[in-house]
Amino acid sequence: MGKVMLEVRNLKTKYITRFHEDVYAVDGVSFSIEEGKSLGIAGESGCGKSTLALSMMGYYFPPLHYISGDIIIDGTNISGLKPDDVRKTILGSEIAYIPQAAMNALNPTQKIIRFMEDVVHAHDPKKDKKSIREMAEARFAELGLPPSVLDKHAVELSGGMKQRTVIAVSTILNPKVLIADEPSSALDVTSQKMVIKMMRELMEKGYIKSMLFITHELPLLYNVTDDIMVMYAGQIVEKGSAKEMVFDPVHPYSHGLMNSILVPEEGTRGNKLTAIPGTPPNLKRPPDGCRFAERCKYATADCRYTNIPEKTFDDKRMYRCLMGVDELKEVYGRE
Amino acid sequence: MAVSEKAMEQKDFTNKPLCLSGRGVTKVFGMGDKKTVAVDHVDFDFHEGEFVSIVGESGSGKTTLSKMLLGLSNATEGEILFQGKPRDISNGKKKKEYWKGIQAIFQDPFSSFNTFHKIDSVLLDCINMRGGKNLSKEEKTAMMTEACSFVNLKFAELTNKYPFELSGGQMQRLMIARIFLMKPKILLADEPTSMVDACSRATILDMLLNLRDEIGMTVIFITHDIGLAYYISDTVYIMEHGKFVEYGKADEVILEPKAAYTKRLISDVPKIHEEWDLSTVDLLTEK
Amino acid sequence: MKNTLRQVFHSPKFVGGFVIFAAILLLMIIYPLINPGDPLEMIGVNTFAKPGTYVSLYDATKAKYEPMRLADAEDKRLDAYLSAEDRVAMVEWFDLAGIDISNLDIEDTDALMDMWNDNYDPAFKVKGMTKAKVNYFRRLDNSIQQLQSADVIVLADTNEETGELEETGQVSKTDYVNVNSVVNVKFLPLGTDNFGRDVFKELVSAIGTSMLIGLLAGSVATLIGLTLGLLAGYVGGVVDDIIMFVTNVFTVIPSFVLLILITYSISQDQRGAAVVGGVIGLTSWTWTTRSVRSQVISLRNRDHVNLSKLSGHSLVRIVLTDILPYIASYVVMAFILQVSSGILAEAQLSMLGLGPKMTEVPTLGLMMNWAMLYSAHTNGSWWAYFPVILTIALISFSLNLMNTGLDQVFNPTLRD
Repeated sequence: MGKVMLEVRNLKTKYITRFHEDVYAVDGVSFSIEEGKSLGIAGESGCGKSTLALSMMGYYFPPLHYISGDIIIDGTNISGLKPDDVRKTILGSEIAYIPQAAMNALNPTQKIIRFMEDVVHAHDPKKDKKSIREMAEARFAELGLPPSVLDKHAVELSGGMKQRTVIAVSTILNPKVLIADEPSSALDVTSQKMVIKMMRELMEKGYIKSMLFITHELPLLYNVTDDIMVMYAGQIVEKGSAKEMVFDPVHPYSHGLMNSILVPEEGTRGNKLTAIPGTPPNLKRPPDGCRFAERCKYATADCRYTNIPEKTFDDKRMYRCLMGVDELKEVYGRE
Repeated sequence: MAVSEKAMEQKDFTNKPLCLSGRGVTKVFGMGDKKTVAVDHVDFDFHEGEFVSIVGESGSGKTTLSKMLLGLSNATEGEILFQGKPRDISNGKKKKEYWKGIQAIFQDPFSSFNTFHKIDSVLLDCINMRGGKNLSKEEKTAMMTEACSFVNLKFAELTNKYPFELSGGQMQRLMIARIFLMKPKILLADEPTSMVDACSRATILDMLLNLRDEIGMTVIFITHDIGLAYYISDTVYIMEHGKFVEYGKADEVILEPKAAYTKRLISDVPKIHEEWDLSTVDLLTEK
Repeated sequence: MKNTLRQVFHSPKFVGGFVIFAAILLLMIIYPLINPGDPLEMIGVNTFAKPGTYVSLYDATKAKYEPMRLADAEDKRLDAYLSAEDRVAMVEWFDLAGIDISNLDIEDTDALMDMWNDNYDPAFKVKGMTKAKVNYFRRLDNSIQQLQSADVIVLADTNEETGELEETGQVSKTDYVNVNSVVNVKFLPLGTDNFGRDVFKELVSAIGTSMLIGLLAGSVATLIGLTLGLLAGYVGGVVDDIIMFVTNVFTVIPSFVLLILITYSISQDQRGAAVVGGVIGLTSWTWTTRSVRSQVISLRNRDHVNLSKLSGHSLVRIVLTDILPYIASYVVMAFILQVSSGILAEAQLSMLGLGPKMTEVPTLGLMMNWAMLYSAHTNGSWWAYFPVILTIALISFSLNLMNTGLDQVFNPTLRD
């Protein structure tokens, strides 16, 4: 077992709306990532996966607010730090965050090298520009990015190139954790493949120690990460290795999710797609019992009112359901 | 019958009557140096009851083509034939007549509805267009209730509500209810599932297949998701830079692709049974 | 709709602006009911009477007197009537007479009077004092004694038969009159202006006229801008090209210059408030056109418009039901700004003497113009112009505040 790079313990955060209502978007999430491993988060829109990514940085700005929980990066708890300290000492060097729209966040009037200088200077203000350039060129060459990109403006680059550049710039300080929230969803498939290839190289060469990857595209997640956890209504409902999660899901929600995968492979035309009717619960007033009960085919009265514990089986797998693993598998088998 | 079984049957459509076809359809934007050819001399034949997918990445011209098929924009060159006869949409009246034969579902359910109009008025519009203007109130309500139950919605719960009070999946289903009321010959679905969650996707796909099976509609399904196109369609057209690079039965095109572009597209999509070969892309190619 | 209104009235900026504006409107409606009459009536014979309550002296003598012994009345009187000049003269005499004045405070009327009464001696002669100076001090003493004595003012009337004055009554220092029992009292909260007109009444009436001009200018500008913007944006093509050409021509000519030229070419007699409002509106529609056009262009390609087309709706119906409601909030905001700038433009024009005809109605600009022509600012008559400036500022401040509030509600990117 490797060294734990990132550990999150019972993290709770909320949004406060314009009308001063609380929305509990992340409600008691715990997980950890070991060195050299990557973890994927899957779920529908609005399940809290992007909020979780934002909450992980320990840097909160309205309407997002921290409630409780710990975020521990390589042994250091960052959840109690002041926002300014987080910005100066954590972001970029310990943890890097790439949102979906990252490539559109580049200031069009600046050359790429300026962003590189900004990132480095935020942590080491004395470093001279020449050595930053050398460092950047070396890193770009290793990641298969032409060094000429450094002297270009963002508008001169294609979407895929921009996204790869953003990733290269944000990981220049070798962060221990990279959080990527749908980094390739806006790109065409070939650019997406290149972005993923580059991220994999970053991991293999040890520039980043661990990765949290968020996407709604399950086939992509399956190919990118070692482990997958499925989020629903602000909670994690199931966790396991990528292979187990895709081919052998346990929780009724992840079962439905995995059965909606469509890939251009022989045999998929015959597969049965699962539809899950209904909508996720309103997180202003989360239900008492199982949050998925309203939409679950197998739900009983117990499900709606009992607090559902996280259960572990097969050593490392976790799921959140009242029914037993064998019981669930039997039900799925009958269909 | 479940979605899968319906989709499984690979029928031959070449002997069926033509529903919509195009000869040398071209769309050019701008003039002179700034000229861009969005759709470049494409030919196609869509048959009655056929489920056709047009697959292309962003910028391939598939949305421009769909606007031309719908008659919302004019082709720069070429001819579109509706039910074997050249299409005439030269004036408002003829356009209205054409639109009784072809209808659409758009990508973004949140921008597809006029948020100032109630759900009832959206559905009533369809009844009126089909010549049901003089029907009694009860008959109209019965029609709307039937359409809503076709898409698993309850009209009694929707009446007097506004579209934005529904979820994305429900809105898209309401769109299908609209099509059910209109009963056009052709349904053009422009990425109808790309903005809805995976869980609602199956429901919507099922309803599209029902429209085809129960009403005999031709469905033109526009998507960037080749896995989805393979799953649902009879015929697949692959579009690149304004041209159809390959078309044919779904099984043939996806499992034995011939065009280089199709091959690349299929190999670049992440899969779950076959290995996703990252070595096919070279990071140094500036793209 | 209900939710939008709820959001609008949750915005502190909008509510702030709305309250100020509503207060001004209420004043405009209610005040003429309490105090009816022609706002341009010249009530004062002199110009620039100070703000305050004016009591008819004649009626006051006729009213019922109520004698009162107020302990401080005499002191107040002395305080007010003993001029600074007299005080200096008194101190001068003390000095000449060799009295110790080191502890004397010239402002302390009591001490001054006591010292005078104790020490002044008309016979006292200082060496070298001129006769005139001696007489001056005697006269000073006389007037001081008069102030102190329990004198009465005798009211007299001419006897019609003899033609001689006959005493009809006396007003003593202890006589008081209840203001309410005086028949004619005039309260002028802001005094009178150069023509002796009640400034406050004039101001209230001017707010109404200026608002009307602003409203008219805003309506004309918004109507033209909206129509042209909708046409250019939705129809496009040649129509768009022509409209944008005209709009661009109007945009590059400074609208205020255009405004001056147009109003200058209309003779003073024909320039009513409505004409000025219309002219202001005619010169300020260009920005509305441009922004409505760009919004319509982005709406035109939205799916709900396409869907409406596919449902066979006519162009007019699509524009009215699928486009207009989406830009309505924006148009309301543009309208508010146009009203505000219309009021300001009227004020500017009138300052230059190009406003509405002067003899009919007062406007905020005309009031400023009058105050300026009769140099109210140099002779210290602040009440003739300062309240007008404040009113103009308050009106445009409240309108702009409402606009910012609406902007934050309708434009989510501006929300904090």
